[in-house]
Order: sequence, then structure tokens, then C-alpha cells
Amino acid sequence: MSAPAPPVGMLTELTHRCPLQCPYCSNPLELHKAADELSTDQWLSIFDQAADLGVLQVHLSGGEPTLRTDLEELVSKLADRQVYANLITSAVTLTRDRLAGLADRGLHHVQISFQSLKPERAERIGKYKDALAKKLQVAKWARELGLAVTLNAPIYRQNIDEVEKFFDTAVEIGAERIEVAHVQYYGWALLNRASLLPSAEETARAVEIVDKARGRLKGILNIDCVVPDYYAKYPKPCMSGWGREFFCVAPDGKVLPCHAAQSITALEFDNVREKPLAEIWEKSDAFNRFRGTGWMKEPCRSCERKEIDFGGCRCQAFALAGDAAATDPACTLSPEHQAMRALADRESGQPAPAFTYRRIGAAL
Amino acid sequence: MAARERKLVGLESKPKLPAHVILRRDDVRDRWVALAPERLVELDERSLDVLRLCDGTRTVDELAHELAEAYDAPQDVIAEDLMEFLQNWSDRLLVQL
Repeated sequence: MSAPAPPVGMLTELTHRCPLQCPYCSNPLELHKAADELSTDQWLSIFDQAADLGVLQVHLSGGEPTLRTDLEELVSKLADRQVYANLITSAVTLTRDRLAGLADRGLHHVQISFQSLKPERAERIGKYKDALAKKLQVAKWARELGLAVTLNAPIYRQNIDEVEKFFDTAVEIGAERIEVAHVQYYGWALLNRASLLPSAEETARAVEIVDKARGRLKGILNIDCVVPDYYAKYPKPCMSGWGREFFCVAPDGKVLPCHAAQSITALEFDNVREKPLAEIWEKSDAFNRFRGTGWMKEPCRSCERKEIDFGGCRCQAFALAGDAAATDPACTLSPEHQAMRALADRESGQPAPAFTYRRIGAAL
Repeated sequence: MAARERKLVGLESKPKLPAHVILRRDDVRDRWVALAPERLVELDERSLDVLRLCDGTRTVDELAHELAEAYDAPQDVIAEDLMEFLQNWSDRLLVQL
């Protein structure tokens, strides 16, 4: 096999610690504690290795990345290497001084997630007092400091009536970009799926609102949408293809083809504590297993869309079809699709069970 | 502030790159790119020439004049291409007008 093309983007989960407890979190159920986390020097080395390898964009995420007190040093390193630095944050821990410091050091973009635009709802989902007001305040500071802002709107049963309002708010706060992210059911979200899945009708309405906004907000707001897998026709091109453009580094240094990949229990992952990043990207079994199209079975193998959606999501195939090499059941061509859709109709049609909130140890 | 209404390019517009749009050399792939939130745009030579001139001080008319001389091409043809290019980049919030 010839060497794979170099990656363009890296998602770094700097920590699994988080002041919020959102039940839709896609982090794994087994959350790492602070003692497992990589050191500052280890992260700095990863950023150098990633830049050498060809990475142009880094997403500083988690957990809540601002809980790392060395975030400033990490941002400086990215700026030194001309790597585009995106902060993916809940924003509730940020002060204006800290944000200004990060902007000075070369941060380009802040993505702030909103649980809801109704204060009580936001508190009920995130379990954090006054979270909404804090987020709006941080968005305002970010604009004042000249940072690009993305409003990230995870969409689920308890807030799907707010899609229109998310667009209005994104325009009001001066965001460049909105990400309407129908919740992806991995990790904590999968555990809470019966509580979170909206109905097919509600989802269709939300999709229509997004389509209309695209026309109305051209040149005003960049709109990205994470599709609702359970009601899809074709699967998402997950990670733009496994091991093709992106990878993820977990808090403990494991290098993953996507942030949920550890849910595929048959795979083993290499760690940057033990091997150089370039070697892992090019040679690790976990990356090569589903790279390209050679691993595909039918109906993917002979499908004309195989280079468009790359068979969808391996984690979802493993979780719902029991085989990580199967077609993503989100695809209408998958033999498992009807069962997935029936499951969605059943769960979304029943009263929502109580959430299992995201806390270390809560799901074990 | 980002534009809250769609801006339309004219000969008097003074285009500039927003602070969060970065032009850089990508040595690994031997090319130039523009980077923005969740966006990566590969730049050909002409796009790069144009974007480097977008410093917010000169009008589209002046840029067209400059590029017409550099490329030894008619200014009205250059201006038309330039306006189409800038409108497209403005619509993606990659250029401010």
C-alpha cells in the first residue's frame, strides 16, 4: 500500500474534564481523569509533529479545553507553526482577560456550543447555572476581540423547536458561522438516545428551516449542518473518509481515526507517547483497516457513492449492525436501515426517560 | 462585526481580508491556501495575486487597473472577473467589502 496523503486537520481532546454534564456528549463513557492527560510538552511535540506532517487546522476541544491551564502555550505553538487554531468550548469558564490573551497569542476562531436559548432549558441540560448568559457574554467578547465565532447548536428532542431562533441569535451576536448539529449518537448520546431522539416529523421541519435559512442568510452567515443520521437517505461522509484527511488525539495520547473510534472494541490504537505521529498516521492498523475502499462489502463495494460518503460511519456500523465493516445503517441501501428507522420511530414516540448525565463514573 | 446584510461588490468597494482569514504557504503540498473557520481553500496564482492586493485601502477599480497592467489584459475584462471573484468570496465571508 502506498503512503496515505497527509492529514489536513487534527481534533485534540485536551481533557475529558468539563463543568457541564450534557447527556448528548459524544465523549466515551469511560472518561479520562486529569492524571491520565498528556503533559504540556507532550502536546507541544504533537503540534510540531502534526505541522511537519501537513496539518493546517487544529481543533482544541475536550471535554472543556479551557480547563487546561497551559492552553495559552498550546495556542502560541500553533501560531508559531502557522496552524489555524480553533477553540471548541462551552465558554462558561472563560473570562475576558483569558480570551484576550488567547487572541493575542494567535487564536483565530472560537466555537461556542449552546444547549438551548431558553435559560431554564440550558440549565437543565448542561447542569450549569446561568450558562446561557455566560455564553452570550463570551460570544460578545470574542467579537470585540476580532475573533471569528461559530454558534454550535446541537439539536435534539428537547430543543428542536429552537432551530429558527438559533439562526436569529447567530446573526444577532455577529457570528460568522452556525453549525446546526443534529446530535450524533455515540458515547453518552447513545446511552441517552431514547431521551434525545426527535421524531421524523420534527426532524423534517428542522431540516426545512435550515434549507430556507441558506437562501436568506447568503453572505451573512456560513451554515454547516450535521445531518440527522437516523432519518437520512444516505450516510454522512464521516470524517471525510477514515484516515483520509483528519484524525483525533484523545486526552491520554491515543491517536484515533475519529473521536468515537474507541467504541469499535475490535480495534487497537497507537499512542503518541510510544510512537511518532507520522508513523501512526501511515502505518497503524487502526488507520489502515478502513482506509480507501478496499475493505468495503456490498452494498458499498459496487456503489457509485462509495467515494462520496465512504460507506458512512464505522462506529455507527459497529454499534447498530454489529460489524464495523458493514454499510452504515443510516444508508437506505443498508439491510439494517429499516431496523434503525423503526428503532428511531419507537424511541422518539415514547415519553423521554430520565437522562444519565455525563459525569466521571456515572455510566459504569 | 460581520456583515448583517449581504454586501454587493461594486467598483468603489474596498475589499480586505478579515482578521480570521489566513493566507499561507503549504509546503507539504507545494501550494498556497486560505484558512478560515472549518474552511480550507486552495489558491491558484491569480487568486493569490488578488487576495494579496485586498488590503482595504484600494478600490476594486484601482485593483482592476493594477491587475490589467500586470497581466497585460483589458481592464474591463479584468474588472468583471474580479467582481465575480470578490462577490463569491464575500458570500462565503472570506472577504470584507
